[in-house]
Amino acid sequence: MTSGPAGKVAKSVSLSCPSCGAPIDLRGYFHTVNVACAHCGAILDARTPTLTILQKFEKQTSIQPAIPLGSRGKLNGIDFEVIGYQLRQIVSDGVAYQWSEYLLFNPFQGYRYLTEYRGHWNFGRTLNALPAMQMGLRRTASVGAQVYRHFQTANAQTVYVLGEFPWQVRVGDEVSAADYVAAPFLLSSETTADEVVWSTAVYTDGRALWQAFQLPGSPPPVSGVYENQPSPYKGKVGSVWKTYFLLLIALIVAAIVLPTMINRNQKVFDRDYVFNGHPNGDSSFVTQPFELDGRTSSVEIKTITNLDNDWAYFHYALINQDTGHAFDFGREVSKFSDEGSKEDRVIVPSVASGKYYLRIEPEMDTNSPTLRFGRSLRYEVIVTRDPPVYWFFLVAFFLLLIPPIYVTIQAMKFEGARWAESDYGSGGSA
Amino acid sequence: MSERVSNCPGCGAPIKFLWSSAIQTTCEFCKSILVRTDVDLEKVGQVADLPPDASPIQIGTEGVHRNRPFTVIGRIVYEYQQGYWNEWHLIFNDGTSGWLSDAQLDYAVSYLWQPPSPLPPASNCNRQASFQWNGATYQVTVITTAHYVGVQGELPFKYWDKSDCLFVDLRTTDARFATIDYTETPPILFVGEAIDFADLHLKNLRQFDGWTQ
Repeated sequence: MTSGPAGKVAKSVSLSCPSCGAPIDLRGYFHTVNVACAHCGAILDARTPTLTILQKFEKQTSIQPAIPLGSRGKLNGIDFEVIGYQLRQIVSDGVAYQWSEYLLFNPFQGYRYLTEYRGHWNFGRTLNALPAMQMGLRRTASVGAQVYRHFQTANAQTVYVLGEFPWQVRVGDEVSAADYVAAPFLLSSETTADEVVWSTAVYTDGRALWQAFQLPGSPPPVSGVYENQPSPYKGKVGSVWKTYFLLLIALIVAAIVLPTMINRNQKVFDRDYVFNGHPNGDSSFVTQPFELDGRTSSVEIKTITNLDNDWAYFHYALINQDTGHAFDFGREVSKFSDEGSKEDRVIVPSVASGKYYLRIEPEMDTNSPTLRFGRSLRYEVIVTRDPPVYWFFLVAFFLLLIPPIYVTIQAMKFEGARWAESDYGSGGSA
Repeated sequence: MSERVSNCPGCGAPIKFLWSSAIQTTCEFCKSILVRTDVDLEKVGQVADLPPDASPIQIGTEGVHRNRPFTVIGRIVYEYQQGYWNEWHLIFNDGTSGWLSDAQLDYAVSYLWQPPSPLPPASNCNRQASFQWNGATYQVTVITTAHYVGVQGELPFKYWDKSDCLFVDLRTTDARFATIDYTETPPILFVGEAIDFADLHLKNLRQFDGWTQ
């Protein structure tokens, strides 16, 4: 592009620190108000030709920012140069939590910020609109359609300064800083006596920054969960439950359809019996034989009684007429007011085909109300070949629940870790 | 006021007006502040050298605001605690004028606007104040005491030799912006919006060594 009629090409300036003599490069042109000497830390007035000393330190702890001053990188398609660095902190319960703030500059686009705390990076800029505040139990602030939840309010103190700033900056500066989160976005306010400055930021991957600024090595390791760090489970909770419900519907359909296709469910025997008690004798008897057809499969024996506030015990044997092979089992049927059932159902698994009969031996307490009052135990025995089996579907139902419950718990744990550091968490640091 | 070219009464240099409604301009050569009268140009003052600044905008910069092309034809320079800021005077291709403020590369476009009711005196305009204009709530965000530094180029009114200037900035929740200028009596109001550099589509900008726009 061509320069205009009054166009003078602006150049960066090199000066020397009046406190220690170290060279000072001014990268922010005439916007720069204060510059902190990289060598001795003295804060200088960049608007005076001699760089008047504004603040000076006896003992300077030298901090090397992870992204050096003068680094240039393209962020969101715009070139930015790192021109300033601040180490800031909040103190909570005597513990200082420190984070880094980098000031980025482009002579056309203006200023942006990068912040870093324990490997968590945010790329931000000042906000031109006023957020709409909603007070209440949990404060929120809205910018456009985006609603941010209040996270923390604390006093932020500047503890170390390096490079240039287009505003007055001193070590010891203190502001009231409030953060509102809507991961991956962050809304922050800094309140001084004169002004409230709002800014928005987006959570940014450190590796992407290292690539953008072409820095050697790797970014500081990430530790903990940060206030606006996007949850790795975001969106997954909904989708895993959606998948679960789809599978559940498939399972229910399968439970209805599959048994009719696979199981013979054939009633092969059905008889009514009466038992009046045999005080001194053997009550056992055998039934007429019945045919169990088809592949080796289960057999259901159902006992339906007229028990009322009483119990009975049935010794059963399912006996192969040809081989004499017997399946022995006992069933107790009891019905007392609301407890128990008049009916009993038992499955005998893996019964080969053949001719079978049942040996049945009912048994009751001689003092049982049924027998004492001269009534009879009436019962019906129904044998069904290859009945439908549902336990498999029940197991599948519980197995299907594992992934959605696991993801839901992990997502809740992540949010718990996020909010634990807020003003609303048990480990709140403000 | 049909005369578009005159001579500077201070140094005789030709003075060319880009905007027919300009009331005031400065001579590029002798830095005289010139005010248009019915017949001629009157020298009313002298601009001190403007401080070095680093605004990418200059007289002659062109841009677009809400689909209306504009040209920068003048400016007022102020100094405040955080440095200098420029109020660039814009002339749109429909002949109207507006302002592009550049404070530390924060940009806002605004227009002179007549409020429906008189503005409160400066003493009543504090940080808690808010105003209902055009269906939006404008809240006072910052009160700035600035120093007039100088003028350059064509302006829509007479403006020179100011000293302390009180400005009240207001914002809305939808990025609208307003400034009450208490250098005039009664105070005057500019309303507009904060705007991103990229959205101004600026051309003919200053150059910065080692940077491309």
